[in-house]
Amino acid sequence: MKVMAQMSMVMNLDKCIGCHTCSVTCKQAWTNRAGMEYVWFNNVETRPGLGYPRTWQDQDEWKGGWELRRNGRLTLKSGNRLKKLASIFSNPKLPSIQHYYEPWSYDYETLLESPVTRNYPVARPYSLLSGKPMNVEWSGNWDDDLAGSGEHAVKDPMLKGIEDKVKFEFEQTFMFYLPRICEHCLNPACAASCPSGAIYKREEDGIVLVDQDKCRGWRMCVSGCPYKKVYFNHKTGKAEKCTFCYPRIEVGIPTVCAETCVGRLRYIGIMLYDADRVLDAASVEDDQDLYEAQVGCFLDPYDPEVQRAAEADGIPGDWIEAAKKSPVRRLIMDYRVALPLHPEYRTMPMVWYIPPLSPVVDVVKETGYDAEDRGNLFAAIDALRIPVEYLANLFTAGDVPTVDKVLRKMAAMRSFMRDINLGGDPDEEIAASVGMSAEDMYEMFRLMAIAKYDERYVIPTAHSEQAHGLEELATECAVGDYDQGSPFGEGSGQGALTPVAIENFNMLKERQTSDHDASVTGGSKRGRVNLLNWDGRGMPEGLFPKHPDDGPKQ
Amino acid sequence: MALFLWVIVPYLCFAVFIVGHFWRYRYDKFGWTTRSSQLYENNLLRWGSPMFHFGMLGVLGGHIIGLVIPKVWTDALGISEHGYHIIALAGGIPAGLIALAGLVILVYRRRVTGPVFSATTKMDKVMYVFLAAAIVLGVWNTLASGLFHVGGEYNYREGVSLWFRGVWTFNPDADLMGEAPWGFQLHAMVAMVLFALWPFTRLVHVFSAPIGYLTRPYIVYRSRDERPGQGTGSRAPQRGWDKPTLQKK
Ligand code: SF4
Ligand code: SF4
Repeated sequence: MKVMAQMSMVMNLDKCIGCHTCSVTCKQAWTNRAGMEYVWFNNVETRPGLGYPRTWQDQDEWKGGWELRRNGRLTLKSGNRLKKLASIFSNPKLPSIQHYYEPWSYDYETLLESPVTRNYPVARPYSLLSGKPMNVEWSGNWDDDLAGSGEHAVKDPMLKGIEDKVKFEFEQTFMFYLPRICEHCLNPACAASCPSGAIYKREEDGIVLVDQDKCRGWRMCVSGCPYKKVYFNHKTGKAEKCTFCYPRIEVGIPTVCAETCVGRLRYIGIMLYDADRVLDAASVEDDQDLYEAQVGCFLDPYDPEVQRAAEADGIPGDWIEAAKKSPVRRLIMDYRVALPLHPEYRTMPMVWYIPPLSPVVDVVKETGYDAEDRGNLFAAIDALRIPVEYLANLFTAGDVPTVDKVLRKMAAMRSFMRDINLGGDPDEEIAASVGMSAEDMYEMFRLMAIAKYDERYVIPTAHSEQAHGLEELATECAVGDYDQGSPFGEGSGQGALTPVAIENFNMLKERQTSDHDASVTGGSKRGRVNLLNWDGRGMPEGLFPKHPDDGPKQ
Repeated sequence: MALFLWVIVPYLCFAVFIVGHFWRYRYDKFGWTTRSSQLYENNLLRWGSPMFHFGMLGVLGGHIIGLVIPKVWTDALGISEHGYHIIALAGGIPAGLIALAGLVILVYRRRVTGPVFSATTKMDKVMYVFLAAAIVLGVWNTLASGLFHVGGEYNYREGVSLWFRGVWTFNPDADLMGEAPWGFQLHAMVAMVLFALWPFTRLVHVFSAPIGYLTRPYIVYRSRDERPGQGTGSRAPQRGWDKPTLQKK
């Protein structure tokens, strides 16, 4: 047994409203620069739909991920190492920019410099690649909310085999949103495809990163990742991917996408797993067994033997504690309501999803029946094969009973809680009908519905004897901050600074939990106002310099 | 003059080549990349790039055989001058022509595809001129002197090759080059300038040919404390006097 810890995420799809806040904040934080215009580390797709890049799920076409050879060995679907090297001069499976979209901007100059005219001047779009005027014909989320579904959503690769059953007539259709980030896989195909060995999995927390100094731009990872979550920065010629916001995670705060999620549907926590079992689990024969096989790799942090082994493998005590409290572990292992996205790619993804019950609930509601009644919902889950089969294609390699079980749990939770909310007694029998105890069901409800910040994100901080080396301190960005005593002026003497992220976090917390004007002058900043933390209320001390006549104020 | 051209210049270029690479690797690992433009355009690249690269690998092999292996060795193997000649031409001409055709496709693509053209740096353009010149002259030499015997027969294995090996043994004979046909002289000169430019162009990616991929384990694990004192990022914290690499043009 080799115990390793993995930073992982679960998203509850029922709560996603498709607002794209996560995508936008992620972009602002990480990919808001030249060469990365088309890059969305986090994107939200309408399902059924084409996804981003278009039809990424069609592995017959893109050949991403792993494949079990007839001799029982796992190989990259796009071919063995020799074949990869032979195709290095022109990657046959690289999506072209058209599969994403051609990034553009507008010619705002014409607006600003326009003389007075009778007609409004128009800012025309021009391509950020060639600098030439262009017609905008496609972009990310062009098919948002089933827009143009007759033309686009029908091409969803996941509809293969069930096309005839899915209706795109307005009244009969179903849809939901699928937010996606890099899966930080246990068996990452991106790393395995990288000829330079630049993509690595961090031993401590399993985050998969690209070493920008080692990447040579062979772009094999872009085609190797079945989720198409490695992007090629066309300005620097290097691959870049979601970093799980590791500078934030290291200091114990959630990723930007999770922090800003409007639906509060993301959970972050540790999973302990047995690294020795991963390859075997990824090599089980039947695609539909992959979900169970992956669950079989996870370890129970309450098991004393696991604890001993974890300690022997150098996992710190507070990380084991965090694994116990991990909301991700509870949703995956205790309640078994979270499922992996496309386990059949055999990369052992670590961002899991609670499939949405809402397509089912919507239908029941529309028929005028009680959509919180367990009997009605169960019957509808059985009757509405289409959404369920579709969900199975996404989350269990087509295994319908597993998805069915999860949806039943959610439906049961719905009617169980209705009874309680209406002042009745909790009905043990409802919980029992899906194989859960009443307490578990209530706890599951709490976690899924009303869990607070520190229940949703259980993130142990990184253990570093060189805390000053943390990335945030290593960058030179000491936002509006200096220490008078530092020998070389602003930003020097870095060891003395509090990371901006931590300071924001503490102040945000103070503001959210107190009802007076929270101080924005705290931290090590002694009398300076961090405007990032000022919410516009009142006039905090130190916002303006003191008037010389005012004398000592306090 | 011959001394300057064929003794001093080669060592100068060679020194720039070595020191330049050392410098580039030390200070610009981030810029060490193929700068692939496949994302922008694939239909032409799909043909041009493999043709060019595989052709160049053949050309490289041919140069090693022709320049490095002494004539006495092949004589000892019982390969007649004529036989060697046939083999060299049979290998060299197709490889050279394929590389040249690939290059033509790639340069054409670079010029007419908007995004690729606007991603082309000045250094790229300079490099292309010398690269193309070297290849064209090389093909010309092979065809002209090897096949059609324009301007009389010239056996480079008794001239250029001896000079080339002389450079490596620090005993170059400039006259050998001075007597070579102009095509060979020009080819060698252009190639030397190209080597001097090499470390400052995208050509550096040749030296990261990922052979190690064949033997390393599929998944790479790395500890975040791998490089003590350097913190969690893969790059060391920058000092105030370092130029931020991202802003470098
Ligand atoms: S999802 Fe992330 S970790 Fe997995 S293969 Fe793709 S890029 Fe790599
Ligand atoms: S911010 Fe949350 S609710 Fe909004 S699209 Fe993203 S995941 Fe969905």
